[in-house]
Amino acid sequence: MPAASAAGARAQDRPATALRRSRLRALRRANWAGWLMVAPALLVYVIFVLQPLVITVQYSLYRWDGIGASQWVGLQNYVTVLTDQNFIQILTNAFQLILFFCVISVGLGLVVASLIRRVVTGRVGTAARTVLFLPQVIPLVAAGIAWSWVLALSGVVNQILGAIGLGGITQAWLGDFGTALPAVGLIGVWVLLGLCTVLLLTGMGKIDPALYESARIDGAGPVQEFWSITVPSLRNEIAVCITVTAIAALASFDIVYISTGGGPGLATMVPGLEIYQLAFVGQQVGLASALAVVLVLLVLIVVLPIQRMTGGEPL
Amino acid sequence: MLSFASATFRRRPPGRHGTIPAVVAAALLAVACAAPGTTPAPASQAPTAPPAASAAASAAASQAPASAAASAAASSASASEAQYCGTQPVTLNAWFETGFQLPFSLSQEFTKQFPNVTWKISQDQFTNLINETPRLLAGANPPDLVRLPTMVTLVKDGLLKNLDTYATQFGWDQWPSSELAQNRVGPTGVGSGSLYAMGLNYSMTGVFYNKKLAAQIGMTQPPQTLAEFDALLAKAKAAGLQPIMQWNASASGGGLAFPLQDLMADYGPASAVNDWIFQKKGTTIDTPANLQAAQHLQKWIQAGYFPKDVNAIQYTDSNGRFEKGEGVFTFNGDWEDANYDKQMPGNIGFFLFPPATAGGTYAAMSSPLTYGIAAKAPHADCAAFFFNWVATNPTARQIDVSVGGSYPGGPPDLAVPPAASGSIINDTLTAAQQVFKDNGTMGFIANATGSIFAQGWTPELQKMVGGQETPAGMLKYVQAQYLQELGS
Repeated sequence: MPAASAAGARAQDRPATALRRSRLRALRRANWAGWLMVAPALLVYVIFVLQPLVITVQYSLYRWDGIGASQWVGLQNYVTVLTDQNFIQILTNAFQLILFFCVISVGLGLVVASLIRRVVTGRVGTAARTVLFLPQVIPLVAAGIAWSWVLALSGVVNQILGAIGLGGITQAWLGDFGTALPAVGLIGVWVLLGLCTVLLLTGMGKIDPALYESARIDGAGPVQEFWSITVPSLRNEIAVCITVTAIAALASFDIVYISTGGGPGLATMVPGLEIYQLAFVGQQVGLASALAVVLVLLVLIVVLPIQRMTGGEPL
Repeated sequence: MLSFASATFRRRPPGRHGTIPAVVAAALLAVACAAPGTTPAPASQAPTAPPAASAAASAAASQAPASAAASAAASSASASEAQYCGTQPVTLNAWFETGFQLPFSLSQEFTKQFPNVTWKISQDQFTNLINETPRLLAGANPPDLVRLPTMVTLVKDGLLKNLDTYATQFGWDQWPSSELAQNRVGPTGVGSGSLYAMGLNYSMTGVFYNKKLAAQIGMTQPPQTLAEFDALLAKAKAAGLQPIMQWNASASGGGLAFPLQDLMADYGPASAVNDWIFQKKGTTIDTPANLQAAQHLQKWIQAGYFPKDVNAIQYTDSNGRFEKGEGVFTFNGDWEDANYDKQMPGNIGFFLFPPATAGGTYAAMSSPLTYGIAAKAPHADCAAFFFNWVATNPTARQIDVSVGGSYPGGPPDLAVPPAASGSIINDTLTAAQQVFKDNGTMGFIANATGSIFAQGWTPELQKMVGGQETPAGMLKYVQAQYLQELGS
């Protein structure tokens, strides 16, 4: 519209503009209220999550002992992390742990949850649920110590094996190169199985029983029901389980620190423990930070596609 | 932490109001441009000269209780307490290591003798102290006395008090040089240069043995040569006994480093091992002599002299099993004396690792129980006086032996106080005197750099046990790790 009529139009529009303004003001007020509500959490998030993250990226570009003067090394620390044989083995270990922490925990969790739901109902089911969830309540340090006794040469596992005539295969499970990582993985399964089971059980409670009924009328067996109804209906819960367990595997620290300390050799060394050792024992803060950044990226690379694939809402 | 770490990686809500986070992120990035570690490194300052003895000070000294007067006579005449700690109430801010009674007993006795000095004692596990010490020393409340894990970085960062002036004043420089060597840091590394720490006492390592089992394999006296020791190990194996009980799990660190270093000192000079530990420029652990030592250790591994689950055995388990009679020998240090005395009374023996040839000199790992003073400590003079008192006061030296179980060091003309009769402590004390006489004290190859134990020796020794590493490969790897960490 030409400029001439603009003034008139403005005059006519006054009420409308006022209305829009007041609505905007209300909106702004609401926004401020919203920000105010979020502020404490946001502040904590910025101080304890974002800031350390940025500082870690900063440290990763230097060679620094944590106290004295630092030396700019650019991306050298990242080159070391991504090319050094040991670091590659350590990262590989973390992915092998995903197999245990994630695949076995979630897979077994599905089976156990179905069993509890269909077969072991009532008091026994509640008891089973409690027992399975217990590892979540026990401090992992205590659990790690207990497991290192269970898996020792004179531990319960070997005693049982000896009693059933398998004395020939007894060994120090956490001290042998071939069995240490799987043994640590099984401890992880023990810890995470309960969490997965309870999460999945809750999800199963929300499935419409009519679906099962109609499936049964159509002649589906328990296995078919499981694959055609239970698993697809639990898509979101499974996504949560996979995300949590995958991160637990990649970022594992306490179980490994207590049960094996990363040994023998580097057989059970994981990025979390290596970061700790580099930074606080070896005073190589830069290298440790670079590994930490790589670990964060790996976690994101693993977790984001899981979110996409399952189409699940973010946690 | 394990299962709930996910919270950290939650997706952020879609950014309708993206400005505030963006501003915050930009600010943080701006911060990131600055180099870390801008803490100004103070130049290593010479210690302030202690106040001159005044009439008031000597008057106060004469009022001190009788015990103090008696002990003052024993220590050097020039060092009176009031001169260093003053006459006003002083509170020493100290950080001790949890689980070790010695410094606590010494501090109590010190206050008993010098009532104007009281203590504010904090304590922590040694492994935590390793992490905390730099921050403690650099912090707002720097300790007057602190248990030190390693020193080089701390000295480089100007966090520790230079003790050279005190050494001259108290006459520490007249002591056997091997006592102070590990506490010196200079341009060529540890071992020479200025003094930055003092040992409360000096631990000694060697071979403990179960007397009953040793008699069973016909051992009537400790082996005099490596060959004799080899023969005893073979006999123990043939008798169906566990020849050596040792730990080698990562959680405790590779205990096979003990026999390895003993073997190194047999095949080569102890001084070469020390040079490497003290980070002398151009030294390497990958020498022909050390290769022979590593090969010798490999022979022991392959002969089954160590427990088959050694890679899973932690330090406390190893001791527990040895005390229960599993293992004829174990490589350990005199810090376990009291424990062995209690758990296997009359059945525990000790000998120094035998030299390669009969009549050869003895060498052993021996560490000062190292304590230092923060560069900015308010009562540095008093802390230095405490160091001197520990080494020279008869009561303190007795505590050093009977509570600490280790050689008290100090001026060579002072007698070593005896421990309770029948205690293994007497054996380790005699051994310590032998090693100091032979100038054979060594640091520990596991302490050469901050993470050489966790990242080098331990995994490599475990691999050698598992048959996944050769002696040559181990030495090469550890040397590479050493250079990488030293940044050269």
